[in-house]
This record gives sequence, C-alpha cells and structure tokens, in this order.
Amino acid sequence: MRATDIKRLSLYLLFAPFALWILLLILLPHAGMMYISLREKVAPRVYEFGFENYINFFNEPIYWNTLIRTGSMSLLVTFLALLLGFPIAYYIAKIAGNRSRGALFLMCLIPLWVSDLIRAFGWILLLRETGVISSSLQWVGLIGTPIEFLYNDAAVIMGLVYTVILFMIVPLVSTLDGMDKSLIEAGYNLGGNGPTVLRRIIIPYAMPGIVAGCIVVFMLTAGSYLTPILLGGKNSSWFTEQIYDQFITRYNWESGAAFGFLLLAFTSIAVWLGLKLSGQTLNSTVADT
Amino acid sequence: MIIKIAMAGLLAATVMTTTAAQAETLRLLTWGSYAPDGLVKKFEAKYPDINVEVTFSNNEEMVAKLRATGGAGFDLAQPSHDRIFAAQQEYNIYKPLDLSKIDTSNMSKVHLDGVKGNTTIDGKVYAVPHQWGTSGLMADKAKAPDLKGWGDLCDPEYKGKTSMRLKRTILLGTAFDMGEDPFAAYADLAKYQQILDKVASKLISCKDNIKAYWKGGDDLSAMMLSGEIVASETWDSTAYKLYGQNKDIVFVPPKTGALAWIDTFAFPRKGKADDAAYKWINFVLEPENVQLMSASTGAIAAVNGGKDLLPADKKAAVNAAFTDADIDNLKFFANIPPGVEDMEGKTLEKIKAATGSE
Amino acid sequence: MQSNLEYDLQCSAVKKHFGSVRAVDDVSLDIPKGSFFSILGPSGCGKTTLMRMIAGFESPDSGDIRIKGKSVVATPPNRRNVKMVFQHLALFPMMNVYENIAYGLRCNGVSKSDIRLKVHDVLERISLPDVASREITQLSGGQKQRIAIARCMVLDPDVLLLDEPLGALDLKLREAMKIELKLLQHQFDTTFVYITHDQSEALVMSDNVAIMNEGKFVQTGTPQELYHNPAEAFVAGFVGDNNRWSGKVKTVTNGIITTETKAGLTIKGSARGDVKPDVGGVVSIFVRPEFIAAKVSAKKSGKSNANNNTIDGLVDSILFNGANSRVLVRDKVGELIEADVILTGGTDDLKPNDPVRLDWSPDQTMCFVG
Repeated sequence: MRATDIKRLSLYLLFAPFALWILLLILLPHAGMMYISLREKVAPRVYEFGFENYINFFNEPIYWNTLIRTGSMSLLVTFLALLLGFPIAYYIAKIAGNRSRGALFLMCLIPLWVSDLIRAFGWILLLRETGVISSSLQWVGLIGTPIEFLYNDAAVIMGLVYTVILFMIVPLVSTLDGMDKSLIEAGYNLGGNGPTVLRRIIIPYAMPGIVAGCIVVFMLTAGSYLTPILLGGKNSSWFTEQIYDQFITRYNWESGAAFGFLLLAFTSIAVWLGLKLSGQTLNSTVADT
Repeated sequence: MIIKIAMAGLLAATVMTTTAAQAETLRLLTWGSYAPDGLVKKFEAKYPDINVEVTFSNNEEMVAKLRATGGAGFDLAQPSHDRIFAAQQEYNIYKPLDLSKIDTSNMSKVHLDGVKGNTTIDGKVYAVPHQWGTSGLMADKAKAPDLKGWGDLCDPEYKGKTSMRLKRTILLGTAFDMGEDPFAAYADLAKYQQILDKVASKLISCKDNIKAYWKGGDDLSAMMLSGEIVASETWDSTAYKLYGQNKDIVFVPPKTGALAWIDTFAFPRKGKADDAAYKWINFVLEPENVQLMSASTGAIAAVNGGKDLLPADKKAAVNAAFTDADIDNLKFFANIPPGVEDMEGKTLEKIKAATGSE
Repeated sequence: MQSNLEYDLQCSAVKKHFGSVRAVDDVSLDIPKGSFFSILGPSGCGKTTLMRMIAGFESPDSGDIRIKGKSVVATPPNRRNVKMVFQHLALFPMMNVYENIAYGLRCNGVSKSDIRLKVHDVLERISLPDVASREITQLSGGQKQRIAIARCMVLDPDVLLLDEPLGALDLKLREAMKIELKLLQHQFDTTFVYITHDQSEALVMSDNVAIMNEGKFVQTGTPQELYHNPAEAFVAGFVGDNNRWSGKVKTVTNGIITTETKAGLTIKGSARGDVKPDVGGVVSIFVRPEFIAAKVSAKKSGKSNANNNTIDGLVDSILFNGANSRVLVRDKVGELIEADVILTGGTDDLKPNDPVRLDWSPDQTMCFVG
C-alpha cells in the first residue's frame, strides 16, 4: 500500500465517527420524521401522502398561538439571560482575579450538575404557597397570608433563565476575555462616559459572543420541556408539550412530526432574523466562540 | 421504511449494550413499583438462568415505545386493559397469549373475563389481568367533608384549593358527573364529541377554581400534604399513601362511580423470551408474591381475595374509602376505539389553552 | 511649587502604593507648555503607574496633579483633557479609521459636519488623507501609529501621553517614527509626555527627560545635561554607553581623583554628583566610549596631555557599525575596554591584534561615590 493510500484511509477512519454520528443520529431520524410528517392518517394502518398535518397546524389557533407564545417567551428569556449574564460575564472576564474566576465559573456550572427535574423541584420547593419564600416573607411579617409564586409564567421564565444563563455566560466570557483592557480605557480617555463606552465599544466588541449566546439560549429555551411543564400554571402551554402530547398522549405521530419540523423552522427563522438584524454571520459567532 | 429500520437499529443498540450475554433475559416494560427489587431477586433466585431487566413507563409511553419498534425490545408489557385493542388494531404491536401456560385458576373471574372480553381479537386473547385500581377523588375530610362527586372539584366553596390532572380521566369523570355515559358513546363518535364539548366548557369554567393541574404523584402529594389544596382528582394508590401520613386524607369514590382500570400482562409482538415471561406471570400470581407486589404498588391484585393480600395499612385505607356499594358501582374503562385519543387530546388542549373562566 | 499657566502639567509629591510596593514615591514634575517631555526608566520603575494617574485610571494616595494649573485628582478620566496613546495603540477594531477618530468628537457632542471637517483635517496633518474608510486591520504599523495620535490630537488635548507606543514596531520603522513623532509634536504644538525604557527614544525626541528609578525621579534635565552631567551613578549607567569600573580612591589633588581598580588599573577622574569622594573611599567610574581615543602604539604621533589616562593594549575585535563603529581593546589586566573609532575602509584602520594606546581625559572620567 502506498503512503498516500494509508494517509487517505486514516483520514476516512478519523472522519467516520463524525459522519456516522451525523448520518445516524441527525440525518436519518430527520428524514424519517419528515416522511412521517407528510403522511395523512386515513384509517388504522392506512396512510396517504399530503400536507394535511401542516395545514391542520395553521387552521387551529391553539397550535400557532402556543408556538407564538413559546417563541415570545423564549425571546424574553433570552433577553433576560443576556441582561443578567452580561454583567456576570464582564465581571468574570475583566474584573475578577485569576483565582476567583475559576470559582465563579464553577458557581455558574453547579446548576448543570443536577438534572432538569431536580432543578425544577428546587424551584417548586422555594416558590410554592407553603414554600421557603412565602413562609419566610410571612415570618418576617411582610405578608399576612401565604402567597403562591409558583404556577405562573414568571416562575417559568425565572426557572428557564436560571437553567440557560450559563450558556449565555460562556460565549460572552470567551469574547470579552479577548478584549484588551486598554480599549475600554481608551474609550474613557477619549471622552466617553460609562454608557458610551458600553454602547460604542464593549457591546460592539462582544457582539459575536452576544449573538452566539442568544442563539444557543433561544434554541435551548424554545426546545425545553420539563421546566415550563413543571413550573407553568393552568394556562401556560409550551410548544414542546404540544409535540409530546401529539406523539405520546394522542398517538398522533404524524402531526407530532409536523409540529417538530414547524418548531425547527420557527427557531431557524428566528435565529436567521437575529443574525440579519445584528449584522453577524453564523461563522463569526457560534463557530468562533 | 428507512425510519423504522433506523429507529429499530438505535433502540436495538441501546438494548444490546445492557443485555448480558449468557443467561436468558426477561425485558419487562412496566409501571414504576410494579417490579420491586425484592421480588425480582426472589425470581432470579428461583430461575438462576433468567436475568430480569426492568424499564419503567406509563400507558402512553409503553404503546409509543412498542410502536417505534413494531413490538420489539421487550418481552413482557403491562399496559392497562383499555390500551390493547385499538393499539393492536392500529399498530400491530402485541401477540396472542397461550392461556394454557398461565395459571388462571387463581385469578378473580370477574377481572379475567373482563380483560378477556376487552382484548380478544379474531378469537385470540391478547392480555390477562394483573392488578387493578381506580381513579377517583381524594379529599381532606377535615377541610372538605362534603366532597362527593367529580363536579364538586368545581364547587366555589373550594376555590383555588382543588387540583386535577389534565388527562382523559377527568374528562370521563366529568362526563359521568354531568349525567352522560361516555363509554356508551364510544360507539357513536359524533355523540362522543358532543359530550366532550360539554365537558370542555364545564372544565374551562372550572379553571378558576383549580389551583394547578398536577403532573405526577409527587407534586400532587406535596400540594395535598401541605394543605395548599383540600381535594383533587387522584389515583387511588396515591391517596392510600397519603392516608398513611394523614388519616384525614382519604380516597373518595365519586358518587357516579370510581373509574377502574386493570393493568394487564401482554406480549410485545417481537418479544423473544416468552417462556421466561410466562414464568414471571405465574410467579407473581403466587399468593405470597402477590402480597409483596401489592405492598409495592398499592393496587389490588386481580386474584381471588386480592384485597386481603394487601398490607394492613393499605387495607385500612381501602376499607376507609370503599363500601361494597362503591365496589359494585365501579366503572371499568372501556376499550378506546381508534380516533378517540385524538378527540380527547384536542379537548384537553382546548382546556389548557383557554384563559380562565368564560 | 508655583501653579500657573506656563505649565501644562504639574505633579506635586504624588505617591501611590500597591500593597507594600511603592510604585510611585513622592514624584514632582512641571512640564512647560508645548514641550516634549520623556519619562525614562527601566521596566517596573513606576512610570506607567505615574502615567495612569495622570490619565485618571489610578488615583494617587497623596499629592496633587494639575493640568493647566487646575487640580484634576477628583476629575474622572473621561473629563480630563489629557489624551493617551496606548502601548498597543488600542484602536477600536470594530470601527474604521474615520469612526475611530470621530469617536472622541462624538463623545464631546460635536456636530456631524464639524466632525467631518475635523477628521479630514487631522488626517491631512498626519499625511494620511485617504484612509478614512479603511478598516484598522488594513493599516500598516506606522499608519496605525499615526491614526492613534490623530485620534487624540483631533480633540485638541492639553497634554498627550504616549506609553511606549513604538515598542511593537520593527527597528527601522521605530527609527523613522522617532523623527516623525518629534515633527508631529512641533506641528501640533502640544505638550507630549512620553514614557519609555529606551534611552535613545528619550534622548532623540525630548526637550526634557526625567530619569525614574524605583518610583522616584532621579534626575530631570535636557538630554545633554543627563548625558554629560549625570547626577547619580544610576543615571550615568542608564543613559548612554559606558566603560565601567569600580575603584578605590588613592589621592585627591586639584579636583583630580586618582583611583585604583580591583584589577589594578590606575585611573584618574573627576568627581561628579553631590557627594565628594574621600581618600580610601569606593567610587564607580564611568567613561563614554566616544571620549577614548584609540591610536596605534607604533605611530607615536600627536601629543597627549600628561594628565590623561593612557592604557596600552591589543585590539581584541572590531565592532563595525558605520559611523558608530567601535573597537574592543584588551588591556594588560585582561579587561575589555570599548572605544569609538572612525573606520574609513583604508589601510590605516585598526585591525585585530594591533597594539593600541587608549587615551582620555580625567574630565571625561565620571566618578561617583559608592
């Protein structure tokens, strides 16, 4: 065997796991889902090819309302995660000493060490009517009767922000880390005040990290299941719950698959719009950080 | 069919990694607590060449799992009796049982006949009963002594202090409470849709009265024990557990009858260890094992004198809940014909999406 | 200390400690209007801290900093009319050249049309009229340098601080930029405060230089004063090249000190600095290479002053560097002595192993106590 053949072979072998991963776990299931989503159920074990499942979605306000609700709440969560995550990331990257940096990063990581379910139960313990917060407020005397903090959209948003904020902080820290401190000092030196330096220098510099973090957080939030289900109230439906119900409760894989693709399309469009509006590309953001 | 092959391949891969090489493996797909450790160990001691693997699930997921693989990946499944007929017709995921290999002599006749009647397709029987239980109401007697029927959950007296699970049980219960017979209407789906619409508007107007919809036994228990709610729709086993901690919390069979389900034994179509599965069925039907099983599940075994094989505290809870008249009044879940799940699902979505009372 | 408008920048008794480290220790300076002032010192001497205090990024523990006679200690950095060229320039990478220069004007609320005029005007003055729309990454090192200065100068600062801005450039460009900076300073007629550890940058460009060591100003003066009349051994050693010995004082007569080095050489010199050496005391002896004449011993031509130091030796090696060429001469005790020579390329040039006589005046031999 010639050396070039060996080289090529080893290249193939190196590439094989990745290719298999993409093929088996991403392409094939999606192709299958696409196929299922285009089947119309006519009778037991009888199917026809068509777009009925997609048409159903647009004809039923409950479905697209839930999707819009999921989308707008995900946007709000993304925005809040950015608002809260940015100062933390800035502190970690630019202010904290080397030793405390590691500790701070670790603190942000801790929530990920326990499962979604446990985290949600943690929130439930805190927020419920007889939970920690309500009882403490009563004990302090700020409120007379117990207050229910759970089972509403605010609880869902809080739980989601808590879950995803790390994914906002990490890309932000890595972009801010690369920022020379003297850029900020130059910003002040040339006459800029705090807000100006933030708006004209720090944020534009961190834009790739901001966009990358927002994409990841938005995708994670829109695709999350347990947190909105467990913390949500009587009226809070989440689109993933809709998909789960279609698949599991209603045995309606056809429309569940269609919903899955609609969610994928919706989030992709949202991300694409976000990239367009911020003037970034996928290469300059997610691939870079 | 690419999808089927791919999914089967994936599932098979996950199953293979956990399969021991030599001994025969019995792969159980069942409810949480339906395969207590002690019982599994005892079984493995009796049949040393059989290795038991347990996957916990629920009705909907059991059907979905088997549907994904066309009935492969498990050797014995335990869906409720109403999840056999339509699922088999639509997805062909079970295979018939050989009743001669099961010791049915000990089974309580009423349950055995009921399940047989529900799950016979083309003269072949697809399931036998295992345990049965009911869905009904739970109330804190001290705070809600007058709760009698499904509709009482919407009584303004308990505003913000009741709960229910937004699943089909509450749809059926509310239908009975409104004087309808939903199971009879299964034969006429247009009629059934009318009933569902009525039920939906009732439950939507009831939304204000509900504190939250519970999602699992844990959050229901927490709300009930903490006193955040005083009454709820419930599984009887959950109520029995709470009775052990607070004697005021009892299961209340609704005046229209508690809804009864029977969890069954059914064979997935591509199961491989049929003999081991028959051995497991006969093993858990032995009276001493029934006792162990019922202690874990909190449900009553579908054997003669099943109630007496419950542990003492559970028996007390059952006796506190049911009179003989209540038992006679049980409404067994009827087979779900194709299409009904979809109708019910849509109704549930409508209720969930509605904002407050209308 | 007087505070009047003759001085653009004044510091009085400024101190700054970081923990137990005295970064800046009791520094005072007065920089006259429109002059080029350098602070020269080895790295870690506190010069950067001093500059950051002037810019407002650090605040002094005690002492006062005045710009055009007004104390700025309480003024935040963005309100001080002191602009700074950073070590790595700190041009904003997400803005193009025009936006970089316009940034400060925008912060000051200058109108759009005025910004346009001023930016183009300053680009003209730094001879880069066509780069306004370029991205920063498209500029060469020298162009970036000039843009960084223009970005400050467009704001018409009272003082421009420069923090070793030539450090990142290659040698050739650095030489060119030295001259250019000096010209720019003349052109803008603004006070430049230049920080460096490179003595040649400081000497070439500055009107006045302060030598800083361990947080203190050791000596302040014109480059010539520092070079020819260093006040301390540190200054003598830090500024310019030297032959350096340590010796013991034998006699002191008529201001001429006769010393003997450890290796046994006898060197006559003159006392410098505030403290006069006594007989028996230890002195550091510095002689600049350009004051030592190296002549071939065989040609006994030229008269030498009887008082001069003369040392015979052999040429060890020639360090040819055009007009700045040197010879290394090995003396009888085996030490190497540097002397400047003129190498014309003719046959008279010194060659290795030529016997030479080194000859220099005691006046050019600087002796410091210690």
